[in-house]
Amino acid sequence: MSVTFLGMPAERPFPRNAARAVRDSQLRFNLRKATRTIRARRASVVAEAPDWAELREAGRAIKEHTLRNLDRYLVRLEEAVTAAGGHVHWAADGDEANRIVAGLVKATGETEVVKVKSMATQEIGLNEALHEQGITAYETDLAELIVQLGDDRPSHILVPAIHRNRAEIREIFAEHMAGWGRPAPGDLTDEPAALAEAARLHLRERFLKTKVAISGANFAIAETGTLVVLESEGNGRMCLTLPRTLISVVGIEKVLPAWRDLEVFLQLLPRSSTGERMNPYTSMWTGAAEGQEFHLVLLDNGRTGVLADEVGRQALRCIRCSACLNVCPVYERTGGHAYGSVYPGPIGAILTPQLRGMGSELDRSLPYASSLCGACYEVCPVAIDIPSVLVDLRARAPHPWPERAGMAAAGWVFERSGRLARLQRAGGRLRRLMPRRLPGPLGGWTDTRDLPEVPKESFRDWWDRTDGGRR
Amino acid sequence: MSSRDLILGRVRRALAGVPDVEITRAYRGPSDKPGDIRLFEERVRDYRAVVHLVDEPGVAERVARSLAERGARRVVVPAGFPAPWLAAADVEAVADDPPLSAAELDAVDGVITTCAVAIAETGTIVLDAGPGQGRRALTLVPDYHLCVVRAAEVVANVPDAVARLVPARPLTWISGPSATSDIELNRVEGVHGPRTLEVLIVT
Amino acid sequence: MRVALFVTCVNDTLFPDTGRAVVRLLRRLGVEADFPRAQTCCGQMHANTGYRDEAVRLARRSVAALRGYDAVVVPSGSCAAMIREQYPGLAGSSGPFADAVAQVVPKTYELTEFLVDVLGVTDVGAYFPHRVTYHPTCHSLRGIHLGDRPLTLLRQVKGLELVPLPGAEECCGFGGTFALKNADVSAAMCADKVRAVLDTGAEVLCAADNSCLMHIGGMLGRQRSGVRVTHLAEILCSTETAGVR
Repeated sequence: MSVTFLGMPAERPFPRNAARAVRDSQLRFNLRKATRTIRARRASVVAEAPDWAELREAGRAIKEHTLRNLDRYLVRLEEAVTAAGGHVHWAADGDEANRIVAGLVKATGETEVVKVKSMATQEIGLNEALHEQGITAYETDLAELIVQLGDDRPSHILVPAIHRNRAEIREIFAEHMAGWGRPAPGDLTDEPAALAEAARLHLRERFLKTKVAISGANFAIAETGTLVVLESEGNGRMCLTLPRTLISVVGIEKVLPAWRDLEVFLQLLPRSSTGERMNPYTSMWTGAAEGQEFHLVLLDNGRTGVLADEVGRQALRCIRCSACLNVCPVYERTGGHAYGSVYPGPIGAILTPQLRGMGSELDRSLPYASSLCGACYEVCPVAIDIPSVLVDLRARAPHPWPERAGMAAAGWVFERSGRLARLQRAGGRLRRLMPRRLPGPLGGWTDTRDLPEVPKESFRDWWDRTDGGRR
Repeated sequence: MSSRDLILGRVRRALAGVPDVEITRAYRGPSDKPGDIRLFEERVRDYRAVVHLVDEPGVAERVARSLAERGARRVVVPAGFPAPWLAAADVEAVADDPPLSAAELDAVDGVITTCAVAIAETGTIVLDAGPGQGRRALTLVPDYHLCVVRAAEVVANVPDAVARLVPARPLTWISGPSATSDIELNRVEGVHGPRTLEVLIVT
Repeated sequence: MRVALFVTCVNDTLFPDTGRAVVRLLRRLGVEADFPRAQTCCGQMHANTGYRDEAVRLARRSVAALRGYDAVVVPSGSCAAMIREQYPGLAGSSGPFADAVAQVVPKTYELTEFLVDVLGVTDVGAYFPHRVTYHPTCHSLRGIHLGDRPLTLLRQVKGLELVPLPGAEECCGFGGTFALKNADVSAAMCADKVRAVLDTGAEVLCAADNSCLMHIGGMLGRQRSGVRVTHLAEILCSTETAGVR
């Protein structure tokens, strides 16, 4: 069976990655600061929308309805884009999408492309695939640029370089910009404004001369064939507007039925992602706009498998806002790399094992990368019940035998109240013998926490002895 | 089998027997009321854009002052921009005819446009390449964008704007100057798009 | 009104004082709770660790023990959430198990819900002269939406000084087997919670769930912080004349 590739190799299991991450105090500090900033911003603009609950419910329902009629809407989208002068391609997996895109770029005779930040192209490893074909892809989103220059991996859906602070970013720019184009100014400081200015200068020339751009899309409207990209910096507009050829790689779940549906999602997405009433720039184009050559590549890459799952299907409602990452206490302490996928955080923990399967130790461990605290569900603008999907995936994950044995034993004890009572009495008698440190996998608890004292008498024995305290 | 048929076949198999869901739209839809100018002004300013309120007779003078204060000498003026609004300005109006190259656009001091729709609640202006707005690159490459918004173009909320816009046109929604939150999630204005956005609201 | 106490396996085995406090508190308010002896565990640990079959068996046992009562009182937000949120999914749409679940679920109340919503009491006549902070716990807060019921009850306790807990809504890192499977992340979350608790200067940390308290209290104890953890029920049961023990 082929394994769906998600932009990163699946290596060590999550707990081991996480253990290393929580010991990295710089990373902990960067993440804590960044996630808390954005959390507060999101909370304030969401509180400002008096009909947030209703928007969220409509967002959930529109997405769910679309998924349940996906074949119809995909065909409609294809018709509308084609009618507007665009070309539509279908890619069953990442390899096919990469082949299609490389072929389209080669047909233009160009060897350089500019890219707008896109999760779909990261998921399929497009940049690497293009590189093998002699095509250089330049990332233009500031955070993507930081990741590309630093030969790093993205760790967040919206802000892939969230794990880097300003001092680290300054160092990356100073050291690596020259290798990719215009060098950083010699007197570059770590002021965010100075860093943004350095990125502007570094990319300016490239925007003005590059003939081919590659993007993803936040939404694709079936009714009209319109594609929508939300962004902040203007790099998106540069890529979508200036080059002669535009290629957009879009997951099949990004389709929305009607133009009108944007009235919901253009409220839900900016407030949930960057915590703004509206993001600085949103571009919408239909087919070949202003004489451009336009190609839409519709990507499956495991999505239809997720669609077939009754519980897990809801993960395809995701609009990649990353509110769940920003609020997740686990993500805040581990960062995104621990998840071993371009989709980190709570949504990644349910999306990655569904797209990639649970063949590797890492993918089997992802559904457990959550305390099930429910904060992700609460902030999700399309009401994906992430904790429920996690629990469902846990039920399908293969379990290690010591755990199976422990759970079977506990199940056996709880099967009869008499068994529980006898165990409680034995515990009460042996309470003084309880070790301060537990052995094996249970030791994770006692490394940092005391165990509670075992009482002499259980509640049920007290109840029997005293007739519920009446004697 | 083509990948198209393969994917559509997989979708249909995945959905066999899956019931549809009802969509309820209990949120605030189009208000069909004019947008609150004061709110629009406040919300645009929140993005750290420069905002002025002027009455119709004062537009030409305000445009001239804004361009002078900016020190803009050569300004792109898209076809269909109301000529009287530029009457008092001491600038060279650069036309996009024949179409300006990206390098030429990069060399001008700014661009002045109208807009198709403006949204009070979110402080957003929307350009649809109509008269006075030009193609998308005109408001992208120059570092300074002066946008004149007529009161009649201001709608109350996002659903109002979506209802008014024509999807077949290339649309650009602009909420403040170019910005990024990629460094420690702090908002910094000024990356690749115009670093200065100035909005004149004609009351 | 026939009221059943679903004491939960954790309270039954490790924290009998909490169960006793609930019984005495309800008695003081004129409610004689019954303790259905067949009850053991709600099955949450099995369900949330991925052992659905075992969870279904335990859910069946629990609803069999609890059906027929007018109300089921649970001194644990987490176990109440398990019954209310997860049992319907485990039971499916029809059959005797689904019927029993449909009977029990609407009658299942976390303790503070029972006090405030069913008995209509906010002043339970308690006395507890200490500086106290309250951790809302995830399942109480986001699972069954307890809201400010616990705080409303605590504010009426004589002598009690209630201090707000910064970042109260954040998870303490317990999460059942999460604390074992992802021990390092769990401990990091707990350390932040402990710091927040210590910053309040409270003598006592209380919650509507002993499992979270066991987790936070375990670290407070290891650090010899001097801060006690106590289930909310034990505070509400305390009077000027009698403590719990």
